[in-house]
Amino acid sequence: MNTSVSLAGVTLKNPVLTASGTFGSGMEFSRFVDLNKLGGVVTKGVSVVPWEGNATPRVAETASGMLNAIGLQNPGLDVFLERDLPFLSKFDTVKVVNVCGHTEEEYLGAVERLNDSIADLLEINISCPNVKAGGITFGTDPVMVEKITKAIKGISKKPVFMKLSPNVTDITEIARAAEAGGADGISLINTLMGMKIDILRRKCLLANKTGGLSGPAIKPVAVRMVYQVSRCVNVPLIGMGGIASAEDAIEFMMAGATAVSVGTANFHNPRVTEEIVSGIERFMKEQHIEDIRDIIGCAE
Amino acid sequence: MEYSKASVVSVREIAPSIYDMLLKAPGIAKEARPGQFICLYSEDSAHLLPRPISICEVFPDHVRLVFRIAGYGTKELSLKKEGETVTVLGPIGNGYPEFESGKSITVVGGGIGIPPMLYLARKLHENGNEVNVVLGYRDAGLFLNEAFAGYGKVYIATDDGSVGYHGNVVGLIETEKLPVDTVCACGPMPMLKGLAAYTEANGGKAYISLEERMACGVGACLGCITKTKETDGHSHVKNKRICTEGPVFDSSELDFGGAKR
Repeated sequence: MNTSVSLAGVTLKNPVLTASGTFGSGMEFSRFVDLNKLGGVVTKGVSVVPWEGNATPRVAETASGMLNAIGLQNPGLDVFLERDLPFLSKFDTVKVVNVCGHTEEEYLGAVERLNDSIADLLEINISCPNVKAGGITFGTDPVMVEKITKAIKGISKKPVFMKLSPNVTDITEIARAAEAGGADGISLINTLMGMKIDILRRKCLLANKTGGLSGPAIKPVAVRMVYQVSRCVNVPLIGMGGIASAEDAIEFMMAGATAVSVGTANFHNPRVTEEIVSGIERFMKEQHIEDIRDIIGCAE
Repeated sequence: MEYSKASVVSVREIAPSIYDMLLKAPGIAKEARPGQFICLYSEDSAHLLPRPISICEVFPDHVRLVFRIAGYGTKELSLKKEGETVTVLGPIGNGYPEFESGKSITVVGGGIGIPPMLYLARKLHENGNEVNVVLGYRDAGLFLNEAFAGYGKVYIATDDGSVGYHGNVVGLIETEKLPVDTVCACGPMPMLKGLAAYTEANGGKAYISLEERMACGVGACLGCITKTKETDGHSHVKNKRICTEGPVFDSSELDFGGAKR
């Protein structure tokens, strides 16, 4: 039985990754999960300098999901390279570093410094709905997406996956722009922009007012977008959005994802990623699937 | 810290909407210190975030929680029956510091911030500290006040004046001239801010337990931060994680100006 998949030449022992921002750099969850069992760890977005993030409250539960507006708080690349990546280097798992920035220069500065690191892949966050400059402002305009992808590809020694926002009219247009810019792959979807109001206090629950919706509530939207994008680009996709079980992961792969990221589900069950890995194997046995790659994009 | 199933020994309402739950959770009971909390998960995956609830008391193999119904998750917990299980993660957080024996400590709880102070008061009493307990309630719906009596002198303040001192806990401490060299507190943010200001102005140290909306409970998501005066050694910005570096902080470390409520 083969569970391994390849993302732009990087081999993962299985298709299960962690979704950026939900798993830190793996340190905190490593007491619940054997990171060696995961296909890869996608680290929390890192920028050239430390970011403070937004005011609290930063998170709110919603029906079958949650809103977050962390604002990409991170300790900056220096600390990431000295502390976080060396920690991950101890594990036999693919290291995907998620990169964020306010400006093109900031993205490029971070990508350049990661060239000589042990990162296997870069995931570029051009889709965060919670930061004022950068993030989503890059990810909603196809001209900008192609431009920044091309610029990053021009300097990166690592394969580059662009992480797309679902907060657009036509996701395929953005995906094609990333591919035209030379992206080695595409990650989708980031969170859907949402809001929750505290009706007793008559105010928005999140300090940032809006936040990104994640969790099972967004899964059908994410599956649809993965399906659409997989049929209009030739690069591999990392699918995500509400995956909480092996069945969910299989569904994304059948929609067209080569690998999947598990995010919000980690908050409901810190062991869920490892459980999904074994659940996929169980499903393959039951369904007589010899090679996991045979199901990628098989949904008619 | 462990992620496991705990079995429910008992659940009862001890004041309007305030529930007292005893869980059999040997691993957590063995590790738990005063001021730590545990996360409890809903059976309904539509409610996916864990509910952080402070540890009220610890017995061999057992953990006692006293919580207020604040929404779906706590309502579900209140309806648990003896013998049922609940998924838990804990103990979480730093808890209160350990103090030198003989030292006088003023323990302050406000509203649903009262429960975690019970285990602290007991441990301080066992440690030979002189304990003054100050409890603030909204009205005459008192809970747990009698349990504190064995550990120190108990003072009560109520917002409506129906029992004890009419006013807040800071007013009571001032009126009774209680020592504030070392204060340990948990309660609503305005109370903690006022208490920290009073304690610091009198040259004392206030260790306050903060509450915030959380997601992961293990320090990964950065949902539950509090602003600090200095750059934190983990985050490298002026934020500390309430679930990991807290929930108990020396009030002089915190930047209350940054708190947006």
